[in-house]
Amino acid sequence: MNVVVAGAGTIGSLFAGHLAQVADVTVLTRRPEHAQALNERGLHVSGRSVLTAAVAASSDPAAVGDADLVILACKGGDLEPLAASLAGRFAHATVMTVQNGLGAEEIVAAHGAWPLLSAVTFMSGTRHDDVHVEYVLDTATWIGPYRDTTPADAESVAALIRSAGLKAEAFDDLRPAQWSKLIFNATVNTVAALTGLPHDFHFAEGMLGGLVHDLVDEGKAVAEAAGVALREDPWEMNVHATRRGHAHYPSMLEDVGAHRPTEIELITGSLVRAAERHGVAVPLHTALYRLVKAKEASYS
Amino acid sequence: MKVAIIGCGAVGSLFAVHLAQLDDVEVWAYDASQAHVDAINAHGLRLTGAGDVAGRLHATSDAAELPACDFGIVATKAMHTTAAISATAHAFANGCVATVQNGLGNEEAIAGFVEKVIRGTTFPAGKILEPGLVQWDVKGDTTLGPFEPQPAPFDEIERLADACTRGGMPTAAVADARGPQWRKVIFNASTNSIGALTGLTHGRVCERPDLRQLVSGLVDEGKAVAAAQGIELDADPEDLIDHAAKPEVAYGHKASMLQDVEARRTTEVDYLNGGIVRFGREHGVPTPLNQAIWALVKGVEDSWTK
Repeated sequence: MNVVVAGAGTIGSLFAGHLAQVADVTVLTRRPEHAQALNERGLHVSGRSVLTAAVAASSDPAAVGDADLVILACKGGDLEPLAASLAGRFAHATVMTVQNGLGAEEIVAAHGAWPLLSAVTFMSGTRHDDVHVEYVLDTATWIGPYRDTTPADAESVAALIRSAGLKAEAFDDLRPAQWSKLIFNATVNTVAALTGLPHDFHFAEGMLGGLVHDLVDEGKAVAEAAGVALREDPWEMNVHATRRGHAHYPSMLEDVGAHRPTEIELITGSLVRAAERHGVAVPLHTALYRLVKAKEASYS
Repeated sequence: MKVAIIGCGAVGSLFAVHLAQLDDVEVWAYDASQAHVDAINAHGLRLTGAGDVAGRLHATSDAAELPACDFGIVATKAMHTTAAISATAHAFANGCVATVQNGLGNEEAIAGFVEKVIRGTTFPAGKILEPGLVQWDVKGDTTLGPFEPQPAPFDEIERLADACTRGGMPTAAVADARGPQWRKVIFNASTNSIGALTGLTHGRVCERPDLRQLVSGLVDEGKAVAAAQGIELDADPEDLIDHAAKPEVAYGHKASMLQDVEARRTTEVDYLNGGIVRFGREHGVPTPLNQAIWALVKGVEDSWTK
């Protein structure tokens, strides 16, 4: 079984480190020195798993042989150039997206005829350096068919991921899960990025909890208009997550803290655009979208 | 006449120094900062910037030292109103107390301790440079009027306005001071909070069309709450916002709330967006955007102590 993991941030590194225990894994990085470090030193996972994985790595798609499975684990904003660089390659691979938000599958579909799986992941970690990732939240990755794939294909990838020590679940239709996460992310990430608060009790009570609840309600109205029956109530996901005992720092909060571009377009942007398409008013998500975009502008 | 400035920060100092120019006014300043009080008593209080003015006055951090006064002018940050007026109310047993503070709810807080209350709004601004020395950034007008439930007599309001004007702070006594107050509150609530959340200066907030639209959404809610109370704004807050965005006015100005956030000081959001939400609730006007912005800024404050 040959697996290519494209994108070696936190999520990509967690997939690569674990899957290397049960498959031949090649990591496709953006930076050559990152690939070199992985080739020389392997990939270390700490936290909930303690592993050292021997992985092959390259920053050049042309140097990577064909694979059975390609996992695209880059950030949403990097997906378009990554997918373009894969065009014409990996003729026998099934390609799986795990980006936040909506629309990753369409981006990839435009660059090749690969069978596509769509996935959302709830696992999280902290990337300490190019060869060390800490596995923090051992929550599942959800996988569903998207194009020329079946629920059985989704299940076989889920089984592979489970055998590697991560949590994964297959669905006949991923959209109910994907939308649940989208609404959850659009709400929690933006509120965290704007307030500086990690995802803690403030999100489930008092005035800020009220805002989070209202944001979730707007998202639910969009899902309903789009004909998607949510798999989980994003408000309950939120409350549950705040009670895990330790506060998670959402990626958008870390991004604004480090003055990096955020995934606002892919997350809240895709929700706001879906709301427009379906004629649903989302004044609060629109406000938070504008505020986060403005916060990005304040870096310079 | 005797006037006590309650809270001698930047705005309080502007009133204190200008009133101290008058022979017929004895000025007292009550302030929590002992260093500021000591400097004022030793060397007087000085303004620099928009004008260079110095004055001698009595300063104290001990409310018991305040004599019986004809007027009080409360100029603390809004969250300190109750503490400041409850400590000093004895000085105004027969006097009238005006607020020149930001936000909504200050008059109500003062009226809990003082009989005769003056609603006020002031546009000048500045900052303390060091004890006894204040940077005067912006000149502007002040409006005073009766606080309707517990009004000061109008001739008293005129007497205070006249003294301020003669001292160099142009001040008008009007029958209904709510218009200028709400114009300023709506301006501050709709722009300061956006600056605080995004880190952008006033001009940069206004030049992003989508963000400027959000500002207008906040303004519209504030206008609706004002209208529901029968308040006629003295001018459109939108005009003030666009005027301030000009390069020669306040394009590069960091709103006080942004300065507070950067220094991790409690902001006045409870009295700005929070005030609009509270008055909106009382009058059945929905204010979802102000509510959201209020919650976010409180979240920012909470993030410092988590």
